[in-house]
Amino acid sequence: MKLRVLFFAACREITGTRELEIELAAGSNVGDLRRRLGVQFPDLKRLGGSLFAAVNADYCKDSVVLSEGDEVSFLPPVSGG
Amino acid sequence: MRFSITDEPIESRALENEVRGDGDGAIVTFSGVVRDHCGDVATDHLVYEAYPEMAERKMAEIGEDVQKRWPIGDLVIVHRVGRVEIGEVSVVIAVSSPHRAEAFEACRFAIDRLKETVPIWKKEVGPDGQFWTEVPAASVTAD
Repeated sequence: MKLRVLFFAACREITGTRELEIELAAGSNVGDLRRRLGVQFPDLKRLGGSLFAAVNADYCKDSVVLSEGDEVSFLPPVSGG
Repeated sequence: MRFSITDEPIESRALENEVRGDGDGAIVTFSGVVRDHCGDVATDHLVYEAYPEMAERKMAEIGEDVQKRWPIGDLVIVHRVGRVEIGEVSVVIAVSSPHRAEAFEACRFAIDRLKETVPIWKKEVGPDGQFWTEVPAASVTAD
């Protein structure tokens, strides 16, 4: 399945892109994608567990199973205000 | 209620007018303002970045929570993105309500929740380099 992966702030600078299309096996979950991105972008692991996952613009756990076309992001700790 | 992300300067007076209703006896406005330092580090300006669709959704959820807790008249939250200079406003929350207590409480709640849940990030840019706030020090990047 194809996923749309978005990067913001520190993650955008580490990956050098705002958006990537990534292909993962059907049935993969958010944690699988997190590990895949860690292989592709080792520097992302510096942020490690501080990255919050979001699927289709809502926070979610790594155990959530992904679907074709999902928009997924790993968000650094927020600092608005 | 209205929740938005903008790259334009925010006019807090306009937002006060937007939330004002004939049944409201109070309007409380919070303005977040860019200051010239972060801890011991001098700041030249800030750069804000958002995940716009999710940020607006999360702000709307704050609005729903506020409505459940207090009998407010109206609520508007606007957060700026892009480069923001010292003394400029980065976020405005305007709340109207029949009486002042709930407007004060709702406004405080809204800014506290925004800082916890809304996907917006702040980069401090100063004479000694730049860094994303809340990100571990190892990821600091120099100019």
